[in-house]
Amino acid sequence: MDILRFITAGSVDDGKSTLIGRLLYDSKSIMIDQLEAIEKQSKNKEDGEIDLALLTDGLRAEREQGITIDVAYKYFSTPKRKFIIADAPGHIQYTRNMVTGASNADLAIILVDARHGVVEQTRRHSIIASLLNIPHIVVAINKMDLVNNSEDVYNNIVIDYAAVAVSLGLKDIKYIPISAINGDNIVEKSANFHWYEGQSLLDILENVVVADDVNYTDARFPVQYVIRPQTEELHDYRGYAGKIISGVYTVGDAVTVQPSGLTSTISAIEIGGLQVNKATAPQSVVLHLKDNIDISRGDVIVQTENQPNVENTLEVLLCWMDNKPLVPGNKYLLQINSRVVRAVVKEIEYKLNVNSLQQEPAPEKAMLNDVIKATIKTASPIPYDSYKKLRANGGAILIDETSNVTVGACMIQ
Amino acid sequence: MMMNIATALNTSPLQAEDKTLTFDYLDQLESESIHILREVAGQFERPVLLFSGGKDSIVLVHLALKAFRPGKFPFPLMHIDTGHNFTEALDFRDTMVETLGERLIVRKVADTIKEKKLTEQKGKFASRNALQTFTLLDAIEEFKFDACIGGARRDEEKARAKERIFSVRDEFGQWDPKLQRPELWNTYNGRIHKGENVRVFPISNWTELDIWNYIRRNNIELPSIYFAHNREVLEWEGQLVATSEFIKLDAADKVSVKKVRYRTVGDMTCTAAVESTASNIDDIIKEIIATKTSERGETRIDDRVSEAAMEDRKKGGYF
Repeated sequence: MDILRFITAGSVDDGKSTLIGRLLYDSKSIMIDQLEAIEKQSKNKEDGEIDLALLTDGLRAEREQGITIDVAYKYFSTPKRKFIIADAPGHIQYTRNMVTGASNADLAIILVDARHGVVEQTRRHSIIASLLNIPHIVVAINKMDLVNNSEDVYNNIVIDYAAVAVSLGLKDIKYIPISAINGDNIVEKSANFHWYEGQSLLDILENVVVADDVNYTDARFPVQYVIRPQTEELHDYRGYAGKIISGVYTVGDAVTVQPSGLTSTISAIEIGGLQVNKATAPQSVVLHLKDNIDISRGDVIVQTENQPNVENTLEVLLCWMDNKPLVPGNKYLLQINSRVVRAVVKEIEYKLNVNSLQQEPAPEKAMLNDVIKATIKTASPIPYDSYKKLRANGGAILIDETSNVTVGACMIQ
Repeated sequence: MMMNIATALNTSPLQAEDKTLTFDYLDQLESESIHILREVAGQFERPVLLFSGGKDSIVLVHLALKAFRPGKFPFPLMHIDTGHNFTEALDFRDTMVETLGERLIVRKVADTIKEKKLTEQKGKFASRNALQTFTLLDAIEEFKFDACIGGARRDEEKARAKERIFSVRDEFGQWDPKLQRPELWNTYNGRIHKGENVRVFPISNWTELDIWNYIRRNNIELPSIYFAHNREVLEWEGQLVATSEFIKLDAADKVSVKKVRYRTVGDMTCTAAVESTASNIDDIIKEIIATKTSERGETRIDDRVSEAAMEDRKKGGYF
């Protein structure tokens, strides 16, 4: 049994919350008391039926306004998998939340309203999915009941979306006709779509292969904390604690510490206090080195034969997440895994239209939810890989030093 | 060239101790939580782990052992003692802390009530649940804690489902759901202004069942009240509440001895027991898989106040 993290993207009226409610309900992850609570609220709305969307709307403002204002995390499991859903809102002003939810996702469900087909929002969500490099996409064509479960409508949407997918370079895409409100094709295949030969949605989610998405080639280990008990019996104990974000480490490996470039050899690996010979991503471990060299939090231990880039000029695609605009020349803190350095945004090369993927002339400043291509200069070199190649070591955040808020998400090119 | 896991491991003979091939969802959750705990250690100067004696905070301590041994914890444990605790939980707390050799801070709600002349709740189940926020905020100020690690899970409650793993609170301890920082990848931004603090939830992504399965796998000890035992209880609106000096009994109350266990351990005044014969972890897991009621719904009297009860308490500085 493993974990699948997925995100659901759709506009307010695509039935996204209903879909999630349906997955939770039909997989029996909703308990009686929770159901009673939403039944009570549904009655207040006087439409009789249980409103499954209420299961995901957590905050009072959302319930009152019938909208989703922030990423909510939901959990369910089947004998095959544990699922973590990041339920990201679809409104334009909350693109940053989708970026947040998408950053950890193995899979994105992109909801399309069968009556409207591929619309601007579908493109935006797909572009964000591709920017964040989500490995698997499921295009769920919802509200099929409102178009008489028509195969033609479905096929036309598939053809339209395929064009979008090609332009974005999305790879693993599956299409599925559903009716979230009726539960058609969610857990079981529905007889209403006799022409559909694929799996039910849950079947897809249970069986998509994510183990191969982990990079076992490029070994990267950001040091989080140095364990030094300094007791009599453990006088010389010095362990580097961190999580292997990619690759495999074996005792005896020749390693380099970046950005210092110092070299050594792995003398021991511990997991939860036990010595092991080998460890892989995504395990949290303690590494020991043969030589007593200067290593501190934020350094990255890599295999000497496979090095990341170590530079202080970065080309990034940047999603701006703050109300205060980004003006070239502004200084921020850049955090990549456990490393924090001062950084300045040098220049904006272009703005990416997230509805069309067109490159637009560089604006003077970037506004909330803008995606731009920019050059960032850091005060000291940072070890990184390109985001496309290695998501775990190619994503960085920008922090406003005065407000301490996370203001930008960088996908390093 | 990308290798898959099988090729990666075949490049040299597989060692008996290699766990990789059996690295499952619990290992993934464990590794994520250890990573979060180590981020706290790396980013903050004065963190603290809030320890209640309940199963979730016991699991947190277990994860901290895996994250920091053979070193000491880079933080003390702190218990906000409402004075309404189960004796079994307090005894367990003291024994555990002694075995660990870690530092425990206890701050009592009763002292805050006296010092600040706070008004206690009245009524049958007069609870100090709301008042413990005052004691917590005072303790944060007293020790200048900049990060408080807690065992809250997102599956517990709708408001919790929206909270970040690093959740910034202002100097009044307040949570503003609309001003949460975006939390991307596994990068945690714990920078704060003086006076603010961060609540950190390393087991955010665990469910109740994950916790129990992890306890079983790691043979983690728990206070005895988690297992079925005979107890005198009051039946109240479908819930079973242990009789104690903290609850006022009326002549009309139906009191009887039942075989029960606790699914969560909070105050005696706001935690209900469930009827059960489960005397070991396997049986408890079977019961939890079969149950039709959520953890908080079945056992927490304090969430029933209103639809937004938790949201309101969090905004006020509660965990």
